[in-house]
Amino acid sequence: MGDLMVSTVAQGLLWSVMAVGLYLTFRTLHIADLSVEGSFPLGGAIAAVLLMENHSPAAAIFAAGAAGMLAGAVTGLLHTKLKIPALLAGILTMIALYSVNLRIMGKANLSLLNIDTVYTSLTFLNLSPNMITFLVGLIIAILIPVLLYCFFGTEIGMALRATGNNPQMIRAMGVNTDAMLLLGLIISNGLVAVAGAFIAQDNGFADVGMGVGTIVIGLASVIIGEVLFGSRSVKNPLISVVLGSIAYRIVIAAVLYLGMPPNDLKLFTAILVAIALSMPLFKDKWDSRKVG
Amino acid sequence: MKVLRQKKVIALAIAAVLAMSALAGCGDEKKEAGAEKGKVYRVGVLQLVQHGALDDSNKGFVDGLAARGYKDGANIQIDQQNAQGDQSNLKTISQRFVNNKVDLIFAIATPAAQIVANETKTIPIVGAAIVDYKTARLVQSNEKPGGNVTGTTNHNPPQRQIDLALKLVPKAKTVGALYTSSELNAQLQVKAMKEYAAEKGLTVIEATVTNVNDIQQAAQSLLGKVDFIYCPTDNTIASAMANVAKITVPAKIPVFVGDETMVKRGGTAGISVNFYKLGFQAGEMTADILSGKSKPADMPIGSQEEVRVIINQEAAKAIGLSIPEELMKEAQ
Repeated sequence: MGDLMVSTVAQGLLWSVMAVGLYLTFRTLHIADLSVEGSFPLGGAIAAVLLMENHSPAAAIFAAGAAGMLAGAVTGLLHTKLKIPALLAGILTMIALYSVNLRIMGKANLSLLNIDTVYTSLTFLNLSPNMITFLVGLIIAILIPVLLYCFFGTEIGMALRATGNNPQMIRAMGVNTDAMLLLGLIISNGLVAVAGAFIAQDNGFADVGMGVGTIVIGLASVIIGEVLFGSRSVKNPLISVVLGSIAYRIVIAAVLYLGMPPNDLKLFTAILVAIALSMPLFKDKWDSRKVG
Repeated sequence: MKVLRQKKVIALAIAAVLAMSALAGCGDEKKEAGAEKGKVYRVGVLQLVQHGALDDSNKGFVDGLAARGYKDGANIQIDQQNAQGDQSNLKTISQRFVNNKVDLIFAIATPAAQIVANETKTIPIVGAAIVDYKTARLVQSNEKPGGNVTGTTNHNPPQRQIDLALKLVPKAKTVGALYTSSELNAQLQVKAMKEYAAEKGLTVIEATVTNVNDIQQAAQSLLGKVDFIYCPTDNTIASAMANVAKITVPAKIPVFVGDETMVKRGGTAGISVNFYKLGFQAGEMTADILSGKSKPADMPIGSQEEVRVIINQEAAKAIGLSIPEELMKEAQ
């Protein structure tokens, strides 16, 4: 049981990188960016190809991040320069990336079994594989939000946040909001691709179908995090997203553990996210009744 | 006040999750107690997605075990899990199997096998609905796996379909390959088919789909260009075979397939593997592993020995194919 808890939390930590990326577009810029369903497997594909050619895991992960940023730039340019609605721009990039990912991998599935990955490079620590995943997850789930927090404190970071909150005002102050949207999408997709690289290595393969459903996983993590752990200040939401990602994994693990009929699993996920999304409304009603 | 209430909500949520895990924990203990008493083997089944061929493999597996005296609920407990196509669920399920220390894992489809193989190097893994174990890096070689993974393959050499096609359409010059670009298994078969087609002097035109919605157009794009169509054992095409037939039958283009169910749903003819039988065979291999008779490392990947020619008489008639006498006898 303890071991299962460790592996579940480890999964939550790894996936939190993707959720943090989604938080940036969904909550900061108020865009639901569907290109992540393509940039997630893109990260996995790039990492798998490089690892198979005996490059170091660090190089593979950085390259994955760079490729993801490129994908984000495509969505950003479609949206800001060609004025395509954000939702549609994301879908277009997602579709395009399907072919790109197949090109990169050369086939639909690349196996990483018995290939040196970021996890096997830590075997000298003499820990169980689950503990290694946990450790790697912990490091990136702390490092990436901290970096993002520092970035939010810079002038550009503040402009980026303000772009989502009040575009008119920030434009009046002479900030190019299009550039900020572009930057946000670049960083976000870079993070999502990095998550894809870590998860492909953990799974033991990169598959062109691994992106299916990532947007739901990411949004569920963001929203569950907000509902359970709050979202005030700048630092708090980032922590909430990471905790939300862990909570989501625990719920899924518990549901699978209790033997829910597999055909109902997607329905359950949808209900869970719907409940989480409507929680703020219920809380408001509850609060006003108490006061009244 | 507000802060206090929020904390209460958090506390309740955490309590709920803990209660769920505790409940799950109890179930687990009971199972283990049972295992000690009657030597009940526990087998975890991990299926990628709900789908005809994969369901057949699963059913065959359970029946194959039963035929060898391992009856579910009696002396064996089969824990059925299905990831519903979500690859992140595969991980959670396989971790659960490994943590529960099941005696063996049956993995249906390539990603399922890869994820469990990455999770454990000691628990025996038997696979099914996997075309090439070596390319998927699950085994060292298909003859002598060398690790904890073995299983059965639905590899159906495309040469068979092409030879059959050339018997029925002897004047054919061009073949269309209709398959899903995201399925490794389909890709491998089409690659082998192209090599063989080149040997036979056939030109190949490919049409790939990403999901069932593309099939109509992809099939349409081949009309007028090809003399017959080849489909590998491909999950997506299989599920929309009726749709393919709707286009190819009026255009009088025969479709040769590698899976029995695809012939039944409108394909013209094929030399078929049977996923139920391959699952059954995997069940028998599992029985050998559980009884200690063999180890996965020494068990060659099983394949179906006897294959059948299957002809869809109705479709063949509609297309205007005359079927040679000898083939008629062989066919079903």
